[in-house]
Amino acid sequence: MRQVRDDTARERDDTARERRVTPRRRGRVPAALLIPAGLGLLFLVLPLVGLVIRVPWTTLPQRLTEPGALTALRLSVQTATLATALCLLLGVPLAWVLARVEFPGRRLVRALVTVPLVLPPVVGGVALLLVFGRRGLLGGWLDATFGITLPFTTAGVMLAESFVAMPFLVIAVEGALRAADHRYEEAAATLGASRWTAFTHVTLPLVAPGLAAGAVLCWARALGEFGATITFAGNYPGRTQTMPLAVYLALETDLESAIVLSLVLLVVSVGILVALRDRWMSSA
Amino acid sequence: MSARATRTAMAVVMALTVAGCGAGDDRATDGSGDGRVTGTVTVFAAASLTESFRRIGEDFEAANPGSAVTLNVAGSSALANQINQGAPADVFASAAPANMATVTEAGNADGTPATFARNQLVIAVPRGNPGGVTGLADLSRPGVKVARCADQVPCGAAARTALDTAGVALTPVTLEQDVRGALAKVKLGEVDAAVVYRSDVRAASADVTAVEFPESARAVNDYPIVALKDAPNPAGARAFVAYVRSEPAQAVLAEAGFQAP
Repeated sequence: MRQVRDDTARERDDTARERRVTPRRRGRVPAALLIPAGLGLLFLVLPLVGLVIRVPWTTLPQRLTEPGALTALRLSVQTATLATALCLLLGVPLAWVLARVEFPGRRLVRALVTVPLVLPPVVGGVALLLVFGRRGLLGGWLDATFGITLPFTTAGVMLAESFVAMPFLVIAVEGALRAADHRYEEAAATLGASRWTAFTHVTLPLVAPGLAAGAVLCWARALGEFGATITFAGNYPGRTQTMPLAVYLALETDLESAIVLSLVLLVVSVGILVALRDRWMSSA
Repeated sequence: MSARATRTAMAVVMALTVAGCGAGDDRATDGSGDGRVTGTVTVFAAASLTESFRRIGEDFEAANPGSAVTLNVAGSSALANQINQGAPADVFASAAPANMATVTEAGNADGTPATFARNQLVIAVPRGNPGGVTGLADLSRPGVKVARCADQVPCGAAARTALDTAGVALTPVTLEQDVRGALAKVKLGEVDAAVVYRSDVRAASADVTAVEFPESARAVNDYPIVALKDAPNPAGARAFVAYVRSEPAQAVLAEAGFQAP
């Protein structure tokens, strides 16, 4: 009787201890990970805090309504959106080819696609000038044949942003395509769908979340683009002066203006990213 | 858990503070003291000084064994901002007194700035002068693409003064962030002309030729230089400023197209 009670008691104790221990053991975060993680977070967040602290709140409304700031913001949002559209138009097919078509040199092509990621954007801008500039490989011909010049135009801004941002889209979409189950496409093919129909009706809906994530990433990169834009498209208010360029020039004379412009860019980009995330990417 | 989180956060903050204190102190002892200049001298110089200060820096290193000159070149206004935000610079050489004033008014200069050179504007055109530019008035001709510096940087302010003096209403295709940006557009042949300094054209004479214009005499830039109050290497800073005003350095500047003060 006593023995039995002891046993049950011990059993109960054991169970209780296990209950106590298990979630703790599972939930315990090693300091070796927690401390660098905390440092990493601080490193990313602290500069933003520093920016917000220095915002001149009293003169904020007046600075925000300055025509130059709004013009630059509108141009930035417009060009980043157009650049994302161009990237979708060219980048999604490129990602599909890389993920679904076997061809010699595919790995080389994939590496080439990622080059703009590591290339300093200023070099990207010079490279664009050497191709699309007045004396460039294609630019001379475009100018002579169609009278089209791209440098120093809003279209040039879009081109520079696309060059820098497209790899983000291609990589995201290609990843989504590789992760997607290609048996659905095969099933569509056995049911008589052409490869194009399968692409538009099966593949695209299947990778929609990855596509949305890639597009958002691409848009955000285009919005923040500086180096390639100022090198290829120059800097002129209302035509090629995007928000990052306006921030840089404001920094030359007026730190507070630069901070306000940065804050606007920050709020707009975070706002749009959050809105898109809720709408499109809740399942991702 | 929340206590531990607090403790971790505190540890993180402390680690950051300690790391922040350690950085940058190691150079402070270099060069200070017995008059011999050693250690690194960090010079923040206007973009238009790039080539001449590189040479002057090398000459300075040769004259002061054990010293090393580190150049940071950018638009003068960007440099002035960096200095006022606490960048560890020893010397500031500006392309205009206005940007120097930003630094002196913030109380960051050690002593009074001295003018060490002057620079005059010219029109830079690509080789062959495809736009047929012969003077300031040509810049406002339709079809002539012009780059100039933004008003915020000295070369832009000077260009504006010169254009206003001449009564030329100019719509450039781009307002560049510094004079070298404007010059690069000429080198690449993307614009027909850019308003830059004479010294910049001299530095790029292989691809670019200069068209002088009389109105530039009204917009001559004085270049001031000063040692900085919070210089990590104060002795080095003072020695470098003195060297820039000495005969050999002035010869280098003259050869680069600058005028004597």
